[in-house]
Amino acid sequence: MSDAGLHVRLRQAAPIPLDAELACAPGEMLALVGPSGSGKSTILRAIAGLLRVREGRITCNGTVWFDAGAGIDWSPQRRRIGFVFQHYALFPHLTALANVMEALLDLPAVEREQRARDLLARVHLAGLEERLPRELSGGQQQRVAVARALARRPNVLLLDEPFSAVDRATRERLYKELAELRTELSMPVVLVTHDLDEALMLSDRMCVLAQGRTLQAGPPFDVLSRPASVQVARLLGVKNVFRAGVLAHEPERGVTWIEWRGHRLEARLQTAFPTGSQVTWAIPQGQIVLHRRDRPSRGERENPVSGVVAQFVRLGENAAVTLQVGEETRPPLFLTIPLHVARRNKIDVGARVTVSLLRDGIHLMPLDEAHMPARSAAEPAAERRAR
Amino acid sequence: MDWTALRLSLELAAWTIAVLLPLAIWFGRVLAWRQFRGKALTEALLALPLVLPPTVLGYYLLVALGGASPLGALYHSITGRPLVFSFEGLLIASVIFNIPFAVQPIQRGFEAIPGEVRDAAACCGLSRWRRFWRIELSLAWPGILSALVLTFAHTLGEFGVVLMVGGSIPGETKTIAIAIYEQVQAFDTVAAGFMSAVLLLISLFAISATYFSSARLRRPHV
Repeated sequence: MSDAGLHVRLRQAAPIPLDAELACAPGEMLALVGPSGSGKSTILRAIAGLLRVREGRITCNGTVWFDAGAGIDWSPQRRRIGFVFQHYALFPHLTALANVMEALLDLPAVEREQRARDLLARVHLAGLEERLPRELSGGQQQRVAVARALARRPNVLLLDEPFSAVDRATRERLYKELAELRTELSMPVVLVTHDLDEALMLSDRMCVLAQGRTLQAGPPFDVLSRPASVQVARLLGVKNVFRAGVLAHEPERGVTWIEWRGHRLEARLQTAFPTGSQVTWAIPQGQIVLHRRDRPSRGERENPVSGVVAQFVRLGENAAVTLQVGEETRPPLFLTIPLHVARRNKIDVGARVTVSLLRDGIHLMPLDEAHMPARSAAEPAAERRAR
Repeated sequence: MDWTALRLSLELAAWTIAVLLPLAIWFGRVLAWRQFRGKALTEALLALPLVLPPTVLGYYLLVALGGASPLGALYHSITGRPLVFSFEGLLIASVIFNIPFAVQPIQRGFEAIPGEVRDAAACCGLSRWRRFWRIELSLAWPGILSALVLTFAHTLGEFGVVLMVGGSIPGETKTIAIAIYEQVQAFDTVAAGFMSAVLLLISLFAISATYFSSARLRRPHV
């Protein structure tokens, strides 16, 4: 493991349970994703030195900031971090300029003001230097907070849900600005968010958390399409999670065969699960392709599965379709299709349709009853009969 | 009009503020942010002068500061004068009976500072002293100002404790509140009325000043 960047290992049983391990390389943005109460902000505060954890170690570019065993615990001042708080935490009685200048006290007085003005200009706030925080909009306050956090040339930049307190339009603009700004930053950046889309859009790597535990880390789309467990899949909002039996592996063709509700499905080769074993499998909605009713469709022969439309809900330009495959008591397949496709194919409740489950989208996971979706009472028996 | 009594009252108020305010800022800040064993008891003890009858408080202070007490004896051995019925004794009493009027508004003032703002100050690299001076004190200012005015007004108006501990020695312990009482006893209602009006005006001015400043300062912290 290289010393460069941020390395964090935290463990404690109380008051907030933590069992977290994460790393963030210089210039990389790591998103900590999880539901509220999963310990994201606690980890961020521990990195900043605002909160002391019972056990663990935090290093940054080879320097030990915190080591519970060795009794090392640097103050936030000494760690030199930039922190953008959820509600920005600007000093309410100081102007935008003075807020940024407070973080530049180690510079000579003459340089301080100029550098603060430069930083505010960099976040598009030139001309608003003399405004008090209450005279700025939410988006402008966030920019002041970012300028203030960057002022110290921090070793690490920490962002605690920085977009949660602004409206949607402002948020989209701030995303763009942050993405632009990031190209100039060379320090590790840790972003805490409960918004998966935000993590997918902004981060290089994502770390999924629940109850203070880091469950999986990796590039956002990898984590989303290949969750390590049913729990991660659930946390990321993957709706199509089912059980199946492993039939066979064909390494030469790169295929693993599974049996699901009487269908023989071809999946990407995943030999970690032995033949004959029971597994959980998931497929992102984007990997389910609707067959056209009037003529053959692309990939029609790839895992075709037929069912009856149980629900059809219009969501703006798209339609959310629930497809009942097999007995009614079993969990349905969920897919989202463009509204015009639904209209052209005359899809409505009760229609019988066929879809292809794309081979590369089928991802196998260990069986995990605890995190499976809630089902009707009759369902488990039916599902068992299918095995 | 007993100008000596008015001057004495103003001096007592000024000295009380000078002694009590730094202590109250320290106590208020600790009570606002720290959790410790016996915090509730400490808060109750500090609030006690609010609920005790002034004569009861005055009686205990008289005992605690009297010649037979260690404090009174020490003072006597150094200065050759008794502590009770002196301006210094009155000042100690005044500081004690004003504790809740100073500590509680200051505590509320510090409590009103969002935790994130204090954390932000630490993350900006501010030293403890600068954080206190530049951020905390400025933001707790409405509470500190309330404490200042309440202590001032309460010192001018206090009667029971002053009479018990200080008696009524002109130029030494006879405050304006005592002077008004004595004028009424002497049936000089004109003088009593005039002095009461002066006291009323001073108090009204002080209270208005706080409300005015608080309204200006206490805009929403966004």
